[in-house]
Amino acid sequence: MKELVIRVVAGGLVVSVFALLGDILKPKTFAGLFGAAPSVALVTLILTTMKDGKEYASLEARSMILGAIAFFLYAGIVSPLLLRLRWRVLPTTGLSMILWFAFAFGLCYATLGWRG
Amino acid sequence: MKIELDMSRLGESRWYEYLVRFVFGGCVTALAGLIAKRYGPTVGGLFLAFPAIFPATATLIEKHEKDKKTRNGMDGTERARIAVGLDAVGATLGAIALTVFALIVWRELPRVSLAIVLPGAMVAWTVTAALGWMFWEFLRNQGRTRRQHASQRIAKSSVNKSSLSKSSVHADPSINRRMQ
Repeated sequence: MKELVIRVVAGGLVVSVFALLGDILKPKTFAGLFGAAPSVALVTLILTTMKDGKEYASLEARSMILGAIAFFLYAGIVSPLLLRLRWRVLPTTGLSMILWFAFAFGLCYATLGWRG
Repeated sequence: MKIELDMSRLGESRWYEYLVRFVFGGCVTALAGLIAKRYGPTVGGLFLAFPAIFPATATLIEKHEKDKKTRNGMDGTERARIAVGLDAVGATLGAIALTVFALIVWRELPRVSLAIVLPGAMVAWTVTAALGWMFWEFLRNQGRTRRQHASQRIAKSSVNKSSLSKSSVHADPSINRRMQ
């Protein structure tokens, strides 16, 4: 329980800091970089290394590569949907999350298998 | 394009908007830990690159842009959509940098201390993201210049055509007759 609380507080803080940076920076495309900052990863990797060791954290980082590729595909699809096809913001960003799950788990299954 | 800090934007967000992002970020981080515990590091690791900030920020950008336009008596839907679309372009470039971050941690963490690997990977993320953005801006400017030149060429040629046709009709009637 204690670990979970630490994760929530530390994760919330780091995500908020990166989101804040994205708020105050201009132009919009530059600020958008912080939307893909390693906020969740920073906290998780520190806590995982402390608890389960470096080898375990390294395995998580290996899967993170696939998650990041899925993020690249997700954001790369969302941007033309909004800018060229003029889809509405909330349904586009929300429903496209399904794409992240599909790409991330698809890549994971294809390259590493479920057990790695 | 110049990178600027606009502190006035801090005043645009309400306290509960910061709270929502804090709670959302915290929950995703906790969830990543729980998933890793239940399904192992392979599946859990995927969530280290979960788009935690982007969708939450996108809805806030949309709200702020709409509010700005509504205050001026206009509809801000279009402007909001473009702003979020540009934010997504940035997130796409940031995701490339995120891949580099993960790659460095995966390769180096078993051999080197976390205190060195994590700051190093963070620097790599920053440099890759900045370079990616600069390269994208360069390509965008090139495209803009090319389009400007093309439209200038079209404008020039249409001016020439119209002056030619005018001169061919009015300046020398004998030439007109010969052309017919």
